[in-house]
Amino acid sequence: MSKKEIRKELKVSAIENGTVIDHIPSHNVFQVIRILNLTDYPNQLLIGTNLESQKMGKKGIIKVSNKFFEPQEINKIALVAPTATLIVIHDFNVTEKKQVKIPNQVEKIVKCFNPNCITNNEEMETRFTVIDKRELKLRCRYCEKITAKDDMVFF
Amino acid sequence: MKNKSLISINDFTPEEHIRILDLAEDFERQPTQRILEEYVVATLFFEPSTRTRLSFESAASRLGAQLIGFSEPASTSLQKGESLRDTIRTISNYSDIIIMRHPREGSARFASEVSSVPIINAGDGANQHPTQTLLDLYSIRKTQGKLDNLEIAFVGDLKYGRTVHSLVMAFCNYTTTFHLVSPEALKLPSSVKIHIKDKKLTYHQYTELQEVVPKVDIIYMTRIQRERFSDPLDYEKVKNSYVLRKSMLEQAKPNLRILHPLPRVNEIAIDVDSNPMAYYFTQAMNGVFVRQALLASILGVVE
Repeated sequence: MSKKEIRKELKVSAIENGTVIDHIPSHNVFQVIRILNLTDYPNQLLIGTNLESQKMGKKGIIKVSNKFFEPQEINKIALVAPTATLIVIHDFNVTEKKQVKIPNQVEKIVKCFNPNCITNNEEMETRFTVIDKRELKLRCRYCEKITAKDDMVFF
Repeated sequence: MKNKSLISINDFTPEEHIRILDLAEDFERQPTQRILEEYVVATLFFEPSTRTRLSFESAASRLGAQLIGFSEPASTSLQKGESLRDTIRTISNYSDIIIMRHPREGSARFASEVSSVPIINAGDGANQHPTQTLLDLYSIRKTQGKLDNLEIAFVGDLKYGRTVHSLVMAFCNYTTTFHLVSPEALKLPSSVKIHIKDKKLTYHQYTELQEVVPKVDIIYMTRIQRERFSDPLDYEKVKNSYVLRKSMLEQAKPNLRILHPLPRVNEIAIDVDSNPMAYYFTQAMNGVFVRQALLASILGVVE
């Protein structure tokens, strides 16, 4: 390991068990924390922003002790931070490493932007088909209107 | 199509559309057939719409079905705050099929998920009104003898008119040339145009009605609503440029027919009514046959 790489590793300390969310666009770090409901997280939570990254220039990183995310939560991350990598740690060892993926279907986590949609007026879950992964456009199964990235609100 | 809900025009395949039109022809030849005497049809109008409701009730009555329902939400437990989920669950125990109109977009799709019987969407907010689309298809096939290779003009409010969006989508299944006539502010949205482009079909856009009249087989008129314009002056500027008058029909092809989903306000002058090209009142009557065909095939009494 070169000296430079060691220095990079030391910027944020390691966790024993839990999940590291790496390669988050720096400006989205706090959004990721919010949609994952980590603001009141009772265990160790390490947050880094504007860290140097060969891939991205600058990146953000979140290390969450004793937390292993459900697929649904991972999908949430993909919608706001499509570049993110998920690293699962057990006993200081990486046991799993994967790139988050924008799913074909998005359920429960996003609000439909149309105020007259039944999902905003009845106690029920939302369901969308992702019709454009690059621009991130979701078509509501119910009102059939398209919620775009900039209109996206998370539950 | 047995037990299948009809929420969006694309829920049925083009082949199923044609099957409905063929069945509707049978009902037009013989409208009174008491084939649904064993069935209870519920019409739930959470938003009043006299024309659509009566058309469905006429269709169900001619087939001998029993009708239950309401024509406005004031008389229902909705006033007491009952959820749509509970209303639909309850009424699906009382009936064999539910026809519903509701002011919220997506309400009919949601109802189809919680109902134990099929749902026919009779309009969900600004979203879908598929039985209108089927009766438009029926009227066009009947007057032109075909659905393929037609030149169709859509006139008026192409931005908000849900009947226009659904009919354009239905005609994307055929070789169609679209002539889109509207004020700049009310052009067909790109989310609908994308369907035309996907099928590599041709469309032309106009702001003048007169120039398309000689080119087309069908003129589909719609109403331009004052409330669509933020500046009342903009409305005043365009409101008379999209009025069809008898004198404009002199250059028309002899097979041209004029359609309108009704109600009309002033966008078709009264003097057009007596012209043989005016078809909008017959079009409304065709709705009964198409709805008979839908009830009979969804309830499974015809194949």
